[in-house]
Amino acid sequence: MLLTLDHVRKSYPGGRPVLNDVSLSLDAGQTLALTGESGSGKSTLLHVAAALDGFDGGEVTLKGSPLSPLDDAGRAELRRNSLSLVFQQFNLIPSLTVAQNLALHARLADRYDPDWVAHLADRLGLTELVDRYPEHLSGGQQQRVAIGRAMASKPALLLADEPTGNLDETASAVVLDLMLGLVAETGAALLLVTHSMDIAARLDRRAHLSGGKIT
Amino acid sequence: MTRAILLVLLSHWRMHRLQLVTLLTGIALATGLWSAVQAINAEARASYARASDQLALGQFDEIRDPAGSISLSRYVDLRRAGWQVAAVLDGSIRIEGQTVRVMGIDMVSAPALPAVTQTEQSATPPEPADILTAPGRLLVSPDLAPVFEGLDGYPPVIVSTALPPSFVLTDIGVAESLLDRSGQISRLIVLPEQPLDIPSLGDVAPGLIRTSPASQLDTAQLTDSFHLNLSAFGLLSFAVGLFIVHGTVGLAFSHRRGMIRTLRALGVAMPHLVRIILFELVTLALVGGVLGLVLGFFIAGALLPDVAATLRGLYGAPVDGQLSLRPAWALAGLLMAIGGTLAASVHALWRLSEMPLLAGPGVQAWRGSATSWRITAVTGVTMIAGGGICFAMFGGLLAGFVMLAGLLTGAALLLPLVLSLLLAALSRRANGPVAQWVWADMWSQLPGLSLAMMALLLALAANIGVGTMVSSFRLTFTGWLDQRLVSELYITAGDDAQGQLISEWLAPKTDAILPIRSVELPHETGPLFLYGVVDDPTYSEHWPLIARSPEAWARVHNDRAVLINEQLARRANLWPGDVLTLPPDHTLPIVGVYSDYGNPTGQAIVAMPVLDSIVPKVPTRRFGIRVDPSVATDLAQTLRDRFGLPTSAVVQQSAMKAQSLAIFDKTFVVTSALNVLTLGVAGFAILTSLLTLWTQRLPQVAPIWALGQTRAQLARLELVRSVLLAGLTAVLALPLGLLLAWVLLAVINVQAFGWRLPMHLFPADWLRLFLLTMLAAAVAAALPALRLLRLPPADLLKVFANER
Amino acid sequence: MNVRALLVFLVFPLSAFAQGYAGLGTSAEGFSTPKPGYEFQFPQDHGPHPDYRIEWWYLTANLQGADGQDYGIQWTLFRSALKPFESDGWQSPQLWMGHAAVTTPDNHYFSERLSRGGIGQAGVQADPFDAWIDDWHMRGDGLDHLALAASGTEFSYDLTLTASGPLVFHGDRGYSVKSADGQASHYYSQPFYTVEGVLRLPTGDVAVTGQGWLDREWSSQPLSEDQSGWDWFSLSFDSGQKLMAFRLRGERGDFTSATWIEADGKSATLDDGSVQFTPLATHNVADRDVPTRWRVSLPDKGVEVDVNAITPSAWMGTRFEYWEGPVRVSGSHTGQGYLEMTGY
Repeated sequence: MLLTLDHVRKSYPGGRPVLNDVSLSLDAGQTLALTGESGSGKSTLLHVAAALDGFDGGEVTLKGSPLSPLDDAGRAELRRNSLSLVFQQFNLIPSLTVAQNLALHARLADRYDPDWVAHLADRLGLTELVDRYPEHLSGGQQQRVAIGRAMASKPALLLADEPTGNLDETASAVVLDLMLGLVAETGAALLLVTHSMDIAARLDRRAHLSGGKIT
Repeated sequence: MTRAILLVLLSHWRMHRLQLVTLLTGIALATGLWSAVQAINAEARASYARASDQLALGQFDEIRDPAGSISLSRYVDLRRAGWQVAAVLDGSIRIEGQTVRVMGIDMVSAPALPAVTQTEQSATPPEPADILTAPGRLLVSPDLAPVFEGLDGYPPVIVSTALPPSFVLTDIGVAESLLDRSGQISRLIVLPEQPLDIPSLGDVAPGLIRTSPASQLDTAQLTDSFHLNLSAFGLLSFAVGLFIVHGTVGLAFSHRRGMIRTLRALGVAMPHLVRIILFELVTLALVGGVLGLVLGFFIAGALLPDVAATLRGLYGAPVDGQLSLRPAWALAGLLMAIGGTLAASVHALWRLSEMPLLAGPGVQAWRGSATSWRITAVTGVTMIAGGGICFAMFGGLLAGFVMLAGLLTGAALLLPLVLSLLLAALSRRANGPVAQWVWADMWSQLPGLSLAMMALLLALAANIGVGTMVSSFRLTFTGWLDQRLVSELYITAGDDAQGQLISEWLAPKTDAILPIRSVELPHETGPLFLYGVVDDPTYSEHWPLIARSPEAWARVHNDRAVLINEQLARRANLWPGDVLTLPPDHTLPIVGVYSDYGNPTGQAIVAMPVLDSIVPKVPTRRFGIRVDPSVATDLAQTLRDRFGLPTSAVVQQSAMKAQSLAIFDKTFVVTSALNVLTLGVAGFAILTSLLTLWTQRLPQVAPIWALGQTRAQLARLELVRSVLLAGLTAVLALPLGLLLAWVLLAVINVQAFGWRLPMHLFPADWLRLFLLTMLAAAVAAALPALRLLRLPPADLLKVFANER
Repeated sequence: MNVRALLVFLVFPLSAFAQGYAGLGTSAEGFSTPKPGYEFQFPQDHGPHPDYRIEWWYLTANLQGADGQDYGIQWTLFRSALKPFESDGWQSPQLWMGHAAVTTPDNHYFSERLSRGGIGQAGVQADPFDAWIDDWHMRGDGLDHLALAASGTEFSYDLTLTASGPLVFHGDRGYSVKSADGQASHYYSQPFYTVEGVLRLPTGDVAVTGQGWLDREWSSQPLSEDQSGWDWFSLSFDSGQKLMAFRLRGERGDFTSATWIEADGKSATLDDGSVQFTPLATHNVADRDVPTRWRVSLPDKGVEVDVNAITPSAWMGTRFEYWEGPVRVSGSHTGQGYLEMTGY
């Protein structure tokens, strides 16, 4: 198994439980859509799986390593080397060009392959835009850069949190197609958080989160 | 990985060039002003040290005759009694309109001076015969080489770099004829090795007085207070500069929060990030520091000649007008830059490191809160109290400055709370929605602007305080000059005999002849100059007494009573009713204390017969002459012609006053320059603060625009807001500045110079400063206002579109 | 100070030559030079000769304390002229240097004074005789009765000297040749002083008595260029006879000269080569090896003596350094005397 959540529990500081005994697993190359209502805890689950956030009980295992013993530095290393993230807000570095943004994660992980990044830019239709800055791009273009940045490090696991949440329909379709295409091309596993059943339908598996439990 | 992170961090500055410029400017200004002051101080101190080494000052005991010069026969008497002493003749000559100090030493028996050693170890050492026999040789400082070039009538010149500026060192035999003082000796240096069983000084040469180096006047000590003053201003400028750094770094970090969060999401650990940010800050500090050093070097170079002139005029301290680059100075400047930058950034960095990974995105305002204002205000009050307590406990100049620092920083820290209370009150009382909005908006902007306003408060208070001090001093000084310089003419005769002739010749032509006769005596507080005066109403009518017993002047003339100057009074804590003890065993009742500005040494006045009884046979070479002012000019010329006196030997009252005031004004050139620069820095701080707030302005302005205000109106309101805030700060700075002036006049001056000055108020100056402040604030707000004016409405609309 | 270091070269031209100073050639510009057949005039010639470049009043004495302890004292006033005249005031070209020393078997105390002429701080007058620098003096009515005083940081002395014999003239009636090239000086002595007085030492006052020897010499011609130093002996034998002998060490060979003085003051000059000097032992002082034991042979007079320094460390660490101290004589003749060695 690439990623396993085993009876994971997590509460907010106020004590309200968000994740209540969640178990989930994802095999290499698999794609899984995680759906749920607003506030159902699906983003939290993604953050926990991405080692961005801690959890109170149970265990998360990524590539066979349990996350709970890791400190901040260990979790940072895991994020850098073992997975990639795509956010709803794109989270590009505004002061870096498209090309620099594309290469960023790969460079941080010391896995930068110029040919592969050039190929990604081409696949994502960004070749003409590589010298621009994010503020001069449309939302769809920005998200394509974010996907390129995530795939540039050739991750075994891609975690995407509402990647089309800030995009109009046309842009959403393009972005989703490109992302799924690249995931298929690289054989990466994908955990995608979305509230859209249409999008979820396009993935191998689906899980629904409600009241902090997988239903 | 580190390289990739660094590139990301640095890319921020490419995007925000203005922030970079502001930050570097802040560091450069802080470092520059501080370093300029340090360079000036270091240069001056190095000059003192060099001069005192070069002239072997303060290493040996000295023997002097309080009545004037020592005759050659007394020197030989001492020598033949076994005393190992070396004769020195000091004086000065005017060459090409320049005053040059001449020191003639007995080259045969005086201790080796560096200049002599240097000359004799040169490739072509002069023959002893050339140095010791006519015409002799003059060792001159390098600055004098061109002065002597092509001048006839002087011995050949040898240039030595081991001499203080404007200085001639020569054998005493040559000095005698150069100074036209044949057979005279100014002082004897007591050599360290003395034979067994020499008779006492009093037995061999009664009347001569031996002083240890400790009681000789030490330039470095004398000028310490002056340099401490400069340092304090340097530190103030540094602090104001750091406000800019603090503001900019805070803003830059808040801008980069998203970037930092993304980097962390992509797997960069926070400690690693903090280390790289520290490295980035140090690098920026170094760049700004180097710029600051360049700036400081030029400022120092521009100010040094004035400082040198002041120190020469006020203390007779030899200071070279040339600035040299000292590695220690550069290193200290860079360390200050790094230390200051890190100190100004530590808060921002700490907040950054405490930032949670998953908080919502967006730019968070760099601001305080009402609670934190209260905490700062309490800190401020604590600092003010701490400074006061420190001074009350320890006293002294340093504690005085600590009190000042506490007062200023404390007041600055109190400012945000005071301003917020003020704005809240004004907003409640405002009529009309726009007015209310303006006050409320100012209140909401306060967190972002408070640092700039603190800087402005400091700069303004310093300006008012120092300005008041200088102007009060000048007013007092001018009045004092009028009192003190009452004689129409001041004459210096060549010797006692000529003095006698002149006074006899003048007697029927003048209202009064006031001989000025003085001796230098040792005193526990340092050298003391004792003056004798004749019984003339000029003194009792004009002499500026600040404390007196009844019938003071009558007692001076009838009861062997003495008047002392304020410096001596404060240093020795002697006041009317006490007695002054003079060597060997005279005790004189003190009946008055007079102000004596600009004089670093202690002074006392007795009746002429008393002076004669303490030190007999003091020659009288100087006279004050009371005549009808309308004939003074003619009489001066007649005197010069008749007695062959040089122009400088007959001085008219007006010329003397002008000269004194010129020296006075020079003294404060540096202070005013630093003042203006500090105000400039504060103006810059306002500009940067407004610019940094700009990014947060749109969401606040857009609703008002949507409610029907034009962009022009909004731009005008921007200006008004800045000017109003600056105006409020300026109003608050006034009492602080006056308090500062009072501390400077009543505490710092007393500690530093030994005199206390009455405080005068100069409302016209305040008004000018107030208008200047408003202008600065308007100029600083002009750029953001202009931006607002030219803002496309679409951008304002975006605010609503992007509202999250 | 270096001016004074340079002065020393003038006072001791020998050392100046040793260090390659060629400027002070034998043809002394404007200075008078010693002439054979010079007629001494007294008391005038006890006084200074400002037209000659160098001159000295050089007194040494072998003294004994009440307990028989040996002491030696030196009192020397050197005159050196920058120009061949005297003038009043600081700019006088006449320079004066005093050296004084007290030698005990264990210690050597010395002091140095410098002054210029023209101001009264130092000088010599012939009649009544007075030679002084600072508080040091050698004065009296003529040279027969002298009061002598000097002081340093650790010592002082007050002595009276009484001559019991006539003046002795060296060389050819006071014209003393110093090299094969003919350099010479005017040179006479008073070797017949009896001395008494008090030495003040760190260990306390000591009353002393003994014998003294005064040398008077002036010249403008320094030594030959190849000469690097001298060894000079003034010996008083218990027989009442005396010997002044010196050796000038030169690259081209030594030059020696001596004067044999009978107890009644009759003297004979002994030419170059008459006296042999053989160093027997050296002592390391001030980082150099100085011969402090000598064999002195004067076959003409049957003299074959060992000369032994009483205090081998009697080094004059003044600006110009040399060795000067009392000696004991044994061998064919016994006695005491003084030894001066320069150029080591």
